[in-house]
Amino acid sequence: MALRRSAEFPVPAPAAQARRRTLADRESVLGPLLLAPALLYVILLVGVPFVLAILLSFSSAVSGGLEFSWVGFRNFQMLLSDSQFHRALQNTLRFMIVSQLLVMVLATAAAHVLDAAFVGRRLVRSLLLLPWAAPVALSSMAWVWIFDSTFSVINWTAKKLGLLQGWWYWFGDPGLATVAIITVHVWRTFPFATVVILAGMAAIPQEIKEAALMDGAGFWRRLFHVSLPMLLPVVAVAVLFGLVFTATDFSVVWLLTRGGPYNSTHVLSTLAFQRGILGASLGQGAAVAVFLLPILLVVAVLLLRVARRAEVGT
Amino acid sequence: MRARRVSRLLRRALLYAAALAFTVFAVFPFYWMLITAFKQNRDLYVGATNLQHIPWVFNETPTLQHVRLLFLNTPYLLWLRNTAFVGALVVLITLLVAVPAGYSLARLAGRWGERLGIGIFLTYLIPPTLLFLPFARVISWLGLQNSPWALVLVYPTFTVPFCTWLMMGFFRSVPRELEEQGLVDGYSRLAVIGRVVLPLATPGMLTVVIFAFTLVLQEFVYALTFISQVDRMTISLGVPVALVRGDVFYWGSLMAACFITSVPIAVVYSAFMDRFIAGLTAGAVKG
Amino acid sequence: MGYVEIRDLHKHFGDVRAVNGVNLSVEEGELLVLLGPSGCGKTTLMRMIAGLEVPTSGEIYIGGRLVDENVPPRARGIAMVFQSYALYPHKTAFENIAFPLEAMRLARESVRERVTRSAQMFGIERLLGRKPRQLSGGERQRVALARAVVRDPKLFLLDEPLSNLDAKLRAVARFELKQLQRQLGTTTIYVTHDQVEAMGLGDRIAVMDAGRIRQIGKPQEVYDDPADTFVATFLGSPPMNLIEQDPHTIVGFRPEAFLPRGVFDPGEEVVTYSLRVREVEYLGSDRLVYGYLEEEQRTDQPVIAAVPATITVPIAEGEVYEFAVPRRALRFFDRNTGRRLERAGAVRLSTT
Repeated sequence: MALRRSAEFPVPAPAAQARRRTLADRESVLGPLLLAPALLYVILLVGVPFVLAILLSFSSAVSGGLEFSWVGFRNFQMLLSDSQFHRALQNTLRFMIVSQLLVMVLATAAAHVLDAAFVGRRLVRSLLLLPWAAPVALSSMAWVWIFDSTFSVINWTAKKLGLLQGWWYWFGDPGLATVAIITVHVWRTFPFATVVILAGMAAIPQEIKEAALMDGAGFWRRLFHVSLPMLLPVVAVAVLFGLVFTATDFSVVWLLTRGGPYNSTHVLSTLAFQRGILGASLGQGAAVAVFLLPILLVVAVLLLRVARRAEVGT
Repeated sequence: MRARRVSRLLRRALLYAAALAFTVFAVFPFYWMLITAFKQNRDLYVGATNLQHIPWVFNETPTLQHVRLLFLNTPYLLWLRNTAFVGALVVLITLLVAVPAGYSLARLAGRWGERLGIGIFLTYLIPPTLLFLPFARVISWLGLQNSPWALVLVYPTFTVPFCTWLMMGFFRSVPRELEEQGLVDGYSRLAVIGRVVLPLATPGMLTVVIFAFTLVLQEFVYALTFISQVDRMTISLGVPVALVRGDVFYWGSLMAACFITSVPIAVVYSAFMDRFIAGLTAGAVKG
Repeated sequence: MGYVEIRDLHKHFGDVRAVNGVNLSVEEGELLVLLGPSGCGKTTLMRMIAGLEVPTSGEIYIGGRLVDENVPPRARGIAMVFQSYALYPHKTAFENIAFPLEAMRLARESVRERVTRSAQMFGIERLLGRKPRQLSGGERQRVALARAVVRDPKLFLLDEPLSNLDAKLRAVARFELKQLQRQLGTTTIYVTHDQVEAMGLGDRIAVMDAGRIRQIGKPQEVYDDPADTFVATFLGSPPMNLIEQDPHTIVGFRPEAFLPRGVFDPGEEVVTYSLRVREVEYLGSDRLVYGYLEEEQRTDQPVIAAVPATITVPIAEGEVYEFAVPRRALRFFDRNTGRRLERAGAVRLSTT
């Protein structure tokens, strides 16, 4: 289509624009200005309390008054010989690791199932997300009801199927309580991992899958030698997030067992709450909670490393 | 040949079976919530040792009494209102703070931007179960005990880092050339942000709203720490803690509350999951 | 002083010298092409003129006025078209074209009138209601041009605006672009890596490499009188043949000047070479003859001859033929610096 010869192009009215740089142009000012509120919020309301929490762990502060007396490492020394604390630390690690190992397996399997096309796939995907999306406190209450010693539907079903001889007193027995907690953790976090892994699978170029097929690789070989290695960074991210969620979880343990029976299922979070808020000795509570930090630090470093490797890899 | 067809059919059947198994695992607690909410008490409180009575189905006609109790005789509606109030304010604060920050980090901060962005995101990982202790002190010192304002103040500490990082990813996906074209077309940087970038980042902002709101709804620890007065509670706190007389839970109403509250949220959340994952991978992987 | 004056402009990104001392004067109303391979600095140069990058040192004058970081892009009286067209996806074609006018706070009637006129110029009035994703590549390009033209800027900056079009469309678009520029008379700076495009469009061409301008001149000058071996080989397809004549000199001649001896009159001043043919490509209008010079000392210098189809002399692969170049078509370059030597230089007599 040829250009049309138009009439003389009219001379425009002089532009009523600023001829020089204004504040709205200065990127070196705009940048910090736009960032300031967020930075301020984070520093004042996360950074400062964070430092305060650490300071608290070195004090004998009580939540009643405002005094703050320095006691050095005494809180920590007391914890070293405190069996409840040891138990809480063990539980935190145990719940984290066991639940996420299970999640890894479940989520990878579920992602592979969802990757295949079948009738109702969309529906299944949405339904699978429900445990993750529902508020944790509310779904935990449902599980309390499900595990209730008198009315447990799991007991009923197991008994009906002939799998159960005696009876499961879920919250009365430390071992069973642990199983219950881990079950809820797995139930809650595997959907998130599934979706992340699914996204990772979609990102694997089709050509690689096809090349593997042409090379004559069977299903299991393809799974272990092609898919899983390429999925590793994605699975790692999902699992690391899951580790953080379970390590710092409070609601599930608190609502299911309150740390019982006999304080056997406390994790660091719930113990800190019990000592610090309910027991009103903030210093002790802080000392317990502080032990979450090394765990989180390790996870954060691993997360960053995986993210960087993923970036370099692509 | 036939062996191949059989194995394929078997594979297919296995697939459906697996899909079914996963679905059942994920969904049955919700089914349980639903059934409990509408069962008559004499159908509900039957000891599980009684193997004749099947708890999985309605053995008597369903009843609305638990739901009625929930809405008329408990503070549930009050809790809904409290939650809506806190939620709306927190979402507003989050938008106002995280959106500009996300843009600044994505476009205006250069090499610093990358590191600061990661730093801000990492603060999301600092657990509430550590911060609630100094917060307990600060809140009582400010006299905000039992006030929704305590939550409005504290909740953005986890919504802002997360949403800033989300918005960073979304802003990165707006082509830089569009902004430069805007500069050449006669606009200042600020005007370009408003007229070119923000309209294109609307899906991102919508995602931020949804996620900030669901984060608020999920929160339990801070609410438990700061609020003890029943009529000031939020949904997430009131339902597990206050739907009880003495040691006895009102299971019917409790489950009704759980179901009514969880399912709409979960549905909306699911719908936005795709966007969220896209934001996650765009922000993290592409760098 | 030209409409755009650039004085000793530098742009360094850390250790990388993207623009390394450029002096340039663009006359008012001319279409100047910045030509060079990717990474030569042409786009960076244009972005500094636009105000999207801040120079490390040096000065830029537009319309006699010094523009530095205090003069933002919107105050420079320029319009720019990116390679990707940068159409705002959430706006219709009309709104895209109107966008610069809205920045000027014009009345709505005015805006509508000017957008329509601009659209008519490019024949896209019926497309004004569509969004960019509903337009083809060629249509998007027209919208981008209409937007550039609509506020009657004093300077156009075009960054490879034709490279996203299909080959067929490109030639037509090039012709129309040149017409447009002549008609409007707006000073234009055009960036491209395509030397055919540059030759077809430019009033003058500035050939750039590694952050510097190697040569500026009219297309004919740059083609016939290259300032160095880089310019000599960058322009022309196939590129100029470069032969090592002696330790200090390189002699060059274009393939189209390198023909079988018999084509020339016996009396014409030519230099002859023996050519061992390796391959002959039939391109329809030409035959491209790839081969090596058969010389006493060496047989490894590759050359190309472009023999038009009108010359039907048989040329077979593997054979040796006598080819010749008119002496006036020879160009001499310094072997070490690559710069053009002005004198005719010692010419090796042909071996017969």
